[in-house]
Amino acid sequence: MHLKHVLHLGVKELFSLLRDPTMLVLVIYVFTLSIYTRATAIPETLHKAPIAVVDEDRSPLSQRITDAFYPPYFLAPKVINQAEMDARMDAGLDTFAINIPPEFQRDVLAGRQPTIQLNVDATRMSQAFTGSGYIQTIINEEVSAFVQRYRTIPTLPVDINLRARFNPELNKSWFATVMGVINNVTMLAIVLTGAALIREREHGTVEHLLVMPVTPLEIMLSKVWSMGLVVLTASALSLVFVVQGWLGVPLQGSFALFLVGTALHLFATTAMGIFLGTIARSMPQFGLLLMLVLLPLQMLSGASTPRESMPELVQHIMLAAPNTHYVQIAQAILFRDAGLEVVWPQFVFLILIGTILFGFTLARFRKTIASMG
Amino acid sequence: MSESRFNAAEKTVARLDDVNLRYGKVRALANICLDVPAGCMVGFIGPDGVGKSSLLALIAGARKIQDGRIEVLGVDMANAAERRRILPRIAFMPQGLGKNLYPTLSVFDNIDFFARLFGQDRLERRRRIIELTRATGLAPFIDRPAGKLSGGMKQKLGLCCALIHDPDLLILDEPTTGVDPLSRRQFWELIGRIRATRPGMSVLVATAYMEEAARFDTLVAMDAGRVLAAGRPEEMLRQTGTESLEAAFIALLPEEKRRKHRKVVIPPLEDEIDGEIAIEAKDLTMRFGTFTAVDKVNFRIRRGEIFGFLGSNGCGKTTTMKMLTGLLPPTEGQAWLFGREVDPRDLDTRRRVGYMSQSFSLYSELSVRQNLRLHARLFEVPAEEIEQRTQEIAARFGLLDVMGKLPAALPLGVRQRLSLAVAMIHKPEMLILDEPTSGVDPIMRDAFWESLGELSRRDGVTIFISTHFMNEAERCDRISLMHAGQVLAVGTPDELAAQHGAKSLEDSFVAYLERAANDKGEERGEEMEDQTTSTGSRDNAHTGKPRLFDPRRMLSYARRETLELIRDPIRLTLALLGSVILMLVMGYGITMDVEDLTVAVLDRDQTAISHDYVLNIAGSRYFIEKEPIRDYQDLDQRMRAGKLALAIEIPPGFGRDLARGRPVSIGAWIDGAMPTRAETIQAYVRGMHAHWLSRKAREAGHGQALAGLVNIETRFRYNPDVKSLVAMVPAVIPLLLMLIPAMLAALAVVREKELGSIINFYVTPTTSLEFLLGKQAPYIALSLASFLLLTLMAVTLFRVPFTGSFAALTLGALLYVSAATALGLLLSTFMRSQIAALFATAVLTLLPAAEYSGMLDPVSSLEGSARLIGEIYPTTHFLTISRGTFSKALGFPDLWNAFLPLVIAVPVLIGLSALLLKKQER
Repeated sequence: MHLKHVLHLGVKELFSLLRDPTMLVLVIYVFTLSIYTRATAIPETLHKAPIAVVDEDRSPLSQRITDAFYPPYFLAPKVINQAEMDARMDAGLDTFAINIPPEFQRDVLAGRQPTIQLNVDATRMSQAFTGSGYIQTIINEEVSAFVQRYRTIPTLPVDINLRARFNPELNKSWFATVMGVINNVTMLAIVLTGAALIREREHGTVEHLLVMPVTPLEIMLSKVWSMGLVVLTASALSLVFVVQGWLGVPLQGSFALFLVGTALHLFATTAMGIFLGTIARSMPQFGLLLMLVLLPLQMLSGASTPRESMPELVQHIMLAAPNTHYVQIAQAILFRDAGLEVVWPQFVFLILIGTILFGFTLARFRKTIASMG
Repeated sequence: MSESRFNAAEKTVARLDDVNLRYGKVRALANICLDVPAGCMVGFIGPDGVGKSSLLALIAGARKIQDGRIEVLGVDMANAAERRRILPRIAFMPQGLGKNLYPTLSVFDNIDFFARLFGQDRLERRRRIIELTRATGLAPFIDRPAGKLSGGMKQKLGLCCALIHDPDLLILDEPTTGVDPLSRRQFWELIGRIRATRPGMSVLVATAYMEEAARFDTLVAMDAGRVLAAGRPEEMLRQTGTESLEAAFIALLPEEKRRKHRKVVIPPLEDEIDGEIAIEAKDLTMRFGTFTAVDKVNFRIRRGEIFGFLGSNGCGKTTTMKMLTGLLPPTEGQAWLFGREVDPRDLDTRRRVGYMSQSFSLYSELSVRQNLRLHARLFEVPAEEIEQRTQEIAARFGLLDVMGKLPAALPLGVRQRLSLAVAMIHKPEMLILDEPTSGVDPIMRDAFWESLGELSRRDGVTIFISTHFMNEAERCDRISLMHAGQVLAVGTPDELAAQHGAKSLEDSFVAYLERAANDKGEERGEEMEDQTTSTGSRDNAHTGKPRLFDPRRMLSYARRETLELIRDPIRLTLALLGSVILMLVMGYGITMDVEDLTVAVLDRDQTAISHDYVLNIAGSRYFIEKEPIRDYQDLDQRMRAGKLALAIEIPPGFGRDLARGRPVSIGAWIDGAMPTRAETIQAYVRGMHAHWLSRKAREAGHGQALAGLVNIETRFRYNPDVKSLVAMVPAVIPLLLMLIPAMLAALAVVREKELGSIINFYVTPTTSLEFLLGKQAPYIALSLASFLLLTLMAVTLFRVPFTGSFAALTLGALLYVSAATALGLLLSTFMRSQIAALFATAVLTLLPAAEYSGMLDPVSSLEGSARLIGEIYPTTHFLTISRGTFSKALGFPDLWNAFLPLVIAVPVLIGLSALLLKKQER
């Protein structure tokens, strides 16, 4: 293997990308505006939850409860009647609907334990859970406070002091932006290497390389380092200027260590891109394959929903995906300020996955390129 | 200004007035004024890159007129409506073998597609296809995919497609380039017979073969975007005082170009008795499946010899060359270069060989200089020599003044020179050249052969070259004739020419081919029997105003796209199976039930009551308790490592203080790195804490008071068990029905642009809407099938109850996949390359559909531009329909306001695509 060949071929790849303005615009877009949109989309889980109140009591207490729901957690409650409630929930206008029965205040004060009905649209899983808990707490607090004015209620003096570490206000955009960068890294690594390989094959340039004193290993390595470098630089710039600068997310930990992790992830994903490029026989096939691969990587890596809640089988399978480990590395370093002593197992995983993918692809490379040329 | 008018009394079929054309800074046509006479055969001659193709494309209406006026068949071609009216009377066959054909479609299907475009009914189509295929000798191969035809047959098929609608003007752009002499002859005989039956038809032909041009009625000689001369061939010869058209053309060239020209003389190869063998092939065979591309080829080539390889495209020349270079491992047989067996891993041999492939395969993103340098480096030219070598070779191939340019901006001939320069930059001992001179003008070709002669005779370089030009073949030391994978004859040009008592090498070649063809009984130009083609029904297609939207033309495109999809079973399977796999993965994989959270406790009290508290939390099904925390440092470490989602600290004296009624505070730390998970944990812990308190209070006796002032009865509607599957599956269906259909459609248009078949859309009366809707239809059908499959899976496999109106869901799905495919088409018309379309589709579907459409968080809770995207994105609305019909028992009346945005989205997206789709190349 000649390192010089790898260098020159890689520089050629960089030139190719530079001459493709559409791709450049798209790369810049996904690392700037797309991240920004994502960050500003969902500040918290329970944000502006649509809620409606059917107030059949019309008492100071029922009014007090209604007023207790306000932004940003909830949208200002819509006061509606019983008939509207079902229609609105059916149409998906409200996630929650509270029904306060007639004579509610009187019954509370008389200690008759009246029942408030809380309707939850359980198809909206994310809000349904957290939201109903919040609502119950709010109602209880409001009722207690109201009753306190009339009589004292004995309580146990045990308090629980809940603190969230690493993200004290549980600001969702912190997580969303970093995961956005991660998803982009994966998508770009695969598209830039895989689709570019198919394009080269459709235009006959790979074949041309193969008759020169250049080995498939050199061709692959040149693609891995050049495209890896592009994505690495873009993601680093995005983290510094967009995530930290523009969006003000306080990232912890050693940035250098995270970049090493990113580089390892890129090694694995660029190899995966080339691998897909050798499987697909045309661009339309590659497009479908891309979707087939990207979606599970994105949804099941732990970047969307917590890994531990997934079925065990899925958790095991996803151990073979580089994203799973990269997501863990990002969380550990950028949020929890963890060092190498913590993330080394993930580093080892990435190296292993990358090497296996790379080796397997290398074995296929010459054969598939030649037979489809 | 080059003004050339034929006799004004003759009828003209096309009239060009001061036509100019530029590609960026490059001037392709300059002040063309030309009257093209009707009813005869007009040849456009000149090398590639002089503007012939641009001129023909302008006349055919395929390219937008930038400057000047063009009238064809009496109509101003700049006027779109007028142009549409006469397009059915024109037929255009673009340059490139089978460029406008669909390689996966059979011969019949290809012709049938064009016939349908011109609105012929079934009987008429059948009759015409039978007649045309019989006349062209394609009848025996009617079911063969166009991609598997030989070059000559492809061109005949192209001709069938062009003639299917009885055009009055037939435009052929280099129809015989890359075709063997026999097929070339048959092609022109065929044209001759057709013209005999339809004397009124005008034929415009561009060609690089001067021998062919000599037989045309009139000629237009072009160079550098200008018309050099126009007139009858005999007139041209008389004017220039030359004997052959090739010489006449050279004489017509401007003085400076002509001066470079010298007659090529290659001294004979000295006979060495024991000449070293440079290339040897023994029983070399290559099979692709059942198809034998190369059949037991043998030859031995001495060092320094120029060995010519003749044969039609698809006869196995290129495959043989690829086997020699090690690109393709042979199925059987062996080959040796310099006495060493060909081995793809043998880099040393590769350094001694220069290879130039048939298609331009250099990097169009690198400048000429960068290309030369890159190859010099890869071939390990010593660093200090690179600069000098680059200059040297650039000078030799006349590239010095284009060193900074990109290859795409150069004419084909110059690019071929660059390819050759690249192949020779490392001074190889052997050159393998696959049709290096096609598309290069006669002067350059001669200069090129001079270089070859010098390399061979002076430097002893062995040259293995394939060509279509007979005058080039005559310059070789030995040539081999190849046909259908077999070598028919090997020998010196003189020996071969003398065979069969033929007058010339070409005649001899034709004789060989005819004999081979007779042996196999294939591909003979059959006699055109009693022609009925044009007598009977001329013709509904021509008369009357073309309709603005013709469903038949749309269906024609739909049918073709469907056929292509069926012929690509991998894509079909990927689309259907891919949805199923993704559904399985996502349905089971994504769950909102946060469980199995890790928790550890720092219990500094260690009393019965503190254990009771811990058990209350850690013992629940949501948590898994890990070993106790030893101290703060341990806590910190384990949280940093992500090993604990929750840590609880119970202060010393907890039990004692509690008993005495003193306020105590329990500490709980949650890993906030993943905020959604942290919030769920918070809710769990709060709930469990409250539950523990009320239990303790009850135990302490003041139960009644604490039991609550109010009951809150929570009803989880639509999904009473709060199962993730029930919530997720109806949401995954819309997600998948966006991603896959959009991706399917995203390459539909841009692929035709990249591969060239879009030209059929330019030159037929098809409207943008017919084209787009036709292309969209099969993908809608496929996506609907996928929808049914997914719904079936949801109900049977995932057991998600379906409670609402299935009709409403299906209609919603139909609208939705129409919108999804329309979105793909929009990106496809907007983007210029497949790769960009693919990337853009991934970017513009994955994120909005998965994050901004209410799958996890309702759209009303979103902020900023994401909210806006969510409001208008089709997935949002189909998600409402899907959840409504699956879980909420809803039907049309409840969901109409979710249908409305979809009903609007489809025409808006298609309309935008139609606006963006250009009806002409520009």
